[in-house]
Amino acid sequence: MDIYIFWFATLGVLLMGYAILDGFDLGVGIIHLTAKTDHERRIYMNSIGPLWDGNEVWLVTFGGALFAAFPDAYATAFSGFYLPFMLLLFGLIFRAVSLEFRSKQESLAWRKFWDGSFFVASTLVTFLFGVAVGNSIMGIPIGADKEFAGTLLDLLQPYSLLIGVLAIATFAMHGSIFLYLKTEGETQERLHPLMWKTFGFFMVMYVLATIATLVGNPEVINNFKDYPSGWVIVLLNVLAIANIPRAIFQGKPFYAFISSSATIAALTFLFGAALFPNLMISSLKPEYSLTLYNAASSVKTLHLMQTIAFIGMPFVLTYTFIIYWVFRGKTKLNKFSY
Amino acid sequence: MEFDVVFLSRLQFAFTIMFHYIFPPLSIGLGAIMVIMEGLFLKTKNPVYEHMTRFWTKIFAVNFAMGVASGIVMEFEFGTNWATYSRFVGDVFGSALAAEGIFAFFLESGFLAILVFGWDRVSPKMHFFSTLMVSMGSIFSSVWIVVANSWMQTPSGYHIVGEGLAARAEIVDFWAMVFNPSSVDRLTHTLIGAFILGAFFVMSINAYYILKGRHLEISKKGFKIALAFGTVFSLLALVSGHSNANMIAKHQPAKLAAFEGHFYTGTQGADLYIFGWPNELEKRVDFGVKIPGMLSFLVHNNFNTPVTGLDQIPAENHPPIKIPFLTYHVMISLGMAFIGLTLLSCFYWWKGTLFSKKWLMRTYIFAVIGPYIANQAGWIAAEVGRQPWIVYNLLRTSDAHSKAVSANMVLTSIILFGLIYALLFFVWVYVLNEKIQHGPDDGTHPHEKQTEGLLQAAVDSTSDYITGK
Ligand code: HDD
Ligand code: HEM
Ligand code: HEM
Repeated sequence: MDIYIFWFATLGVLLMGYAILDGFDLGVGIIHLTAKTDHERRIYMNSIGPLWDGNEVWLVTFGGALFAAFPDAYATAFSGFYLPFMLLLFGLIFRAVSLEFRSKQESLAWRKFWDGSFFVASTLVTFLFGVAVGNSIMGIPIGADKEFAGTLLDLLQPYSLLIGVLAIATFAMHGSIFLYLKTEGETQERLHPLMWKTFGFFMVMYVLATIATLVGNPEVINNFKDYPSGWVIVLLNVLAIANIPRAIFQGKPFYAFISSSATIAALTFLFGAALFPNLMISSLKPEYSLTLYNAASSVKTLHLMQTIAFIGMPFVLTYTFIIYWVFRGKTKLNKFSY
Repeated sequence: MEFDVVFLSRLQFAFTIMFHYIFPPLSIGLGAIMVIMEGLFLKTKNPVYEHMTRFWTKIFAVNFAMGVASGIVMEFEFGTNWATYSRFVGDVFGSALAAEGIFAFFLESGFLAILVFGWDRVSPKMHFFSTLMVSMGSIFSSVWIVVANSWMQTPSGYHIVGEGLAARAEIVDFWAMVFNPSSVDRLTHTLIGAFILGAFFVMSINAYYILKGRHLEISKKGFKIALAFGTVFSLLALVSGHSNANMIAKHQPAKLAAFEGHFYTGTQGADLYIFGWPNELEKRVDFGVKIPGMLSFLVHNNFNTPVTGLDQIPAENHPPIKIPFLTYHVMISLGMAFIGLTLLSCFYWWKGTLFSKKWLMRTYIFAVIGPYIANQAGWIAAEVGRQPWIVYNLLRTSDAHSKAVSANMVLTSIILFGLIYALLFFVWVYVLNEKIQHGPDDGTHPHEKQTEGLLQAAVDSTSDYITGK
């Protein structure tokens, strides 16, 4: 495989890992205000307690890998999306500390404050990720000097906002299935209708987003003309989505969770396929777009990083496996809990 | 000074990195000490060590969360505020950052989960292994980031491709990049600084319990572990600091001249200021107390050889003098004070009177502020001293900012960072204080709710101090 394509694919895998893993804990943040009692809320939070930080490292590594493999894309994207990006960072900060601080005090006001901030931060972060994806698909004004040449308003088009809401719906569904899996008894019963509701919300947004994409940005399927096998992913995506309600209905939350993970994986893949070979599409002139060739580091660095990735990834997968194994099963509170 | 994009971006970067750097050194230092504590538990099976480790684990977790929250900002700030710089260094610098994610953060965050939540889910051996992994993870993260930073200070193993603002550095030799002339020196020194901080932090809280008569067994044992650890590293800081200064004399003479307020090369040996106040206009050091020829001795092992002064360096490449001079001297004075304090305490320990010296325990409660300041001061000296370069002799800080970002945008984000970080900082101190008040669960103070806070205690001991009680 061409080393440039290798890095495009690797970034895709990191993004996919992030979306699936942090997706469920962001989702828990989005829906956690529906918890009825303090005990229940602590169960929610502790279900992701040992996992969320490791999940977030996928994003950190994605950032590092983007910097190393495609410095121009890293520079253009983050300086171009400056203010939304700062908001994203604030969201990530509040999410981390809300979890850590919330249960450290008995006071009701204290807990209410961090609960609120956990909800707002999780929702905002998810929304902004969606908006970023929407903008990448639509293209943004990038000039000949590889710099962003637009304003904040260029980043807030209806299409991007729609994808932002789709992201919220997706993670809310993913998170509620995860919680259902990790809870038992009454708490779990209460989550059942919530799973259906979030699934319904997701379906509506999915259909709307699909229509908006095909009508507004028909070029997303250009790559399928050269690689018709890409349609297999579309098919798998539809099957995975269809399997979610089936598994919920049959009372097999684990399969539902696998299916929603597969849905997210497929959506990430389709996003990558729509972009390829671009990293950032210029809406001013196609030649100004940043592609995996004109934005890349030197071939030497790309090879070197490939070695680092080959050495590192097996370790990462091992740790991830160990942690999920140690913390398998239903979440229970003890004196170490949040 | 203008409030332009460059200035504001520098301000923001300095503020956010200094905030981030409040937390990692404690994680690194405390992590290593926890490995010792839990190792002792495994070896002796004495439950005191287990209670001790459990207690510090909680403190560690609160600190770690803040480190993570503020670290995420750093990871992306190169792209948001320093886009030109990112394009220039990405080929070299990015790989270190990516390696940090893959090799360090995954290790750290994964095993931290077991460390904090896994006490009754895994065997004691596995738990100890997790503590060890977390400690190693935190050390690895400093390895990669300090390597990246050292490359900016003393670039090597690269060549330049392209011209003007489109130029960029590309790796030609990976290992020469990693082992650039300053990375080993700076890494050891940074780690030592973190270990000192960890030791002083443990001693501070234990000294507080000892004065209050709480958790005595745990506190005394813990204090001794930390004291031994802290003494060793306080001494090593001097050795490695000296080696750093030699390295700078060779590779960044302008920086050394700024540290020492050395304006004129002259024809004789150069003096070393113990303290003073640099006067940039008159090009001299006011109120200085100096050791004649000492700088020459430290740099050249000989009292008479001249040391390069600022007059040998083109004016447009001069770093600011005041900040590096002052912060550098603060760091060294503190370093000397740590050596004095720890050696004295070891002497009392040997005599068996360590814990009966009330004034000493009181001093330790506050002494922890010292390493925090020394660590920050060291970095400020190192970073301001390399100005006006962002990548030494290759790229100027004034060229490196993001062209797509306006001054107003940066101003907005600085204000928001200021507010958010202030809030977080107070909450962090508050939560930490609660944990400390609660103390280790060793059965001596079963869930007794302490009403006074750390601040109150600080006020009390200060007044005790002044009144000489
Ligand atoms: C507790 C912390 C601490 C203590 C006691 C000391 N230092 Fe330090 N110093 C640091 C913490 C630190 C640091 C924060 O870790 C720095 C910043 C950048 C770096 O690599 O290490 C640093 C940088 C630093 C530099 C500049 C490195 C550069 O610019 O690349 C020099 C020359 C010294 N130190 C020298 C000393 C000497 C002679 C000390 C005498 C005791 C000393 N330090 C004590
Ligand atoms: C500008 C430079 C820096 C960047 C980009 C950066 C990036 C980060 C990031 C992204 C995290 C969070 C990792 C996670 O999610 O688990 C983090 C945490 C951490 N960083 Fe930094 N960092 C920087 C400077 C430093 C320095 C100078 C050190 C030490 C010498 C350091 C040591 C650590 C450690 C030990 C942690 C773990 C959290 C903690 O222990 O508090 N970092 N950093
Ligand atoms: C953790 C301890 C650190 C502290 C306290 C620190 C402190 C500072 C300060 C005070 C400045 C402003 C200097 C000036 O504008 O005159 C600065 C700038 C900067 N530092 Fe650091 N630094 C640290 C670590 C790092 C690391 C690890 C990196 C890179 C890997 C780094 C990269 C930079 C960059 C890119 C700038 C901005 C450009 C500039 O103003 O020079 N710093 N830092």
